[in-house]
Amino acid sequence: MSEKKVYVIPCSGIGKASASVGRDATYRVVEDLLPGKADTLCLALLTLQDEEAQDKVRENYVVAIDGCAKDCARKNVEAVGKAPDIAHRVQDYLKKHKDLKPEVVLDIGEGGRKLVDLMSEELAGEIEDLLEGGD
Amino acid sequence: MALETRPKFVGVLSCSGEEEPEGTIARNAVRLVMEKYHPGVAVSLCLPLYVAGDEGEQEFAKKVPVIAVDGCEKACARLSTEKYSGEVRDAIDIRALLREWGVEERLSRSHPGELEQELTERLALEIAKKIDTMLDNGEVVPRTESQRS
Repeated sequence: MSEKKVYVIPCSGIGKASASVGRDATYRVVEDLLPGKADTLCLALLTLQDEEAQDKVRENYVVAIDGCAKDCARKNVEAVGKAPDIAHRVQDYLKKHKDLKPEVVLDIGEGGRKLVDLMSEELAGEIEDLLEGGD
Repeated sequence: MALETRPKFVGVLSCSGEEEPEGTIARNAVRLVMEKYHPGVAVSLCLPLYVAGDEGEQEFAKKVPVIAVDGCEKACARLSTEKYSGEVRDAIDIRALLREWGVEERLSRSHPGELEQELTERLALEIAKKIDTMLDNGEVVPRTESQRS
């Protein structure tokens, strides 16, 4: 088992309900499903080139979760000089679960909450695999 | 007739703040201002677009006056705007506001309850007041008077 931690970093999307889904799924993973193994990090710290945040990214596993095709989470991680170990867009989950459309940014609704459940379960499994195959 | 060159919008830029409860309050308050208090006047930008986006995003603070809303003393919204885009017109430090309001309770970043929602509403009103001032002094001229809340 790896000694490294996993930082799950969602995009900061303020304009799309899919970004809210990504953030809620992140909290579900780091607080409920994998506490102690996974944590999150303010993406804006990477935008600001905060050294402590950059070190966390370089020295640990990183999962980038994006809410739109602009891929801010992935690109801000890459700007540190490292590709995320796992990168997903919320839209990829939505394509698989077309009936679970989130409603609005401030309230993702029942469909959005179900999507968060599915997404966080899948993500937690991928992160467990990542940690077990650690270096 | 003279061409109106004053900005039509106010940029309200929230820190991303995923780690902190104040970040959740910041994002939700900015969204409330855009939807409820100043629709059509308040606009925003996902802060990490300064890196992931193009020159259009980096021109943001040059095109519109920006109010930066930061959840902690790292001031990512204000400093990132200054670094990539230009000076901010105004800034809010939520932790300082919470101290001023006497809020000492532990807040949740992931499950905002009644208190967090009340604070979000209060913060949205603070931001809205700043926009009111810019509208009242003519610094910002909305496209139609009906866009004023």
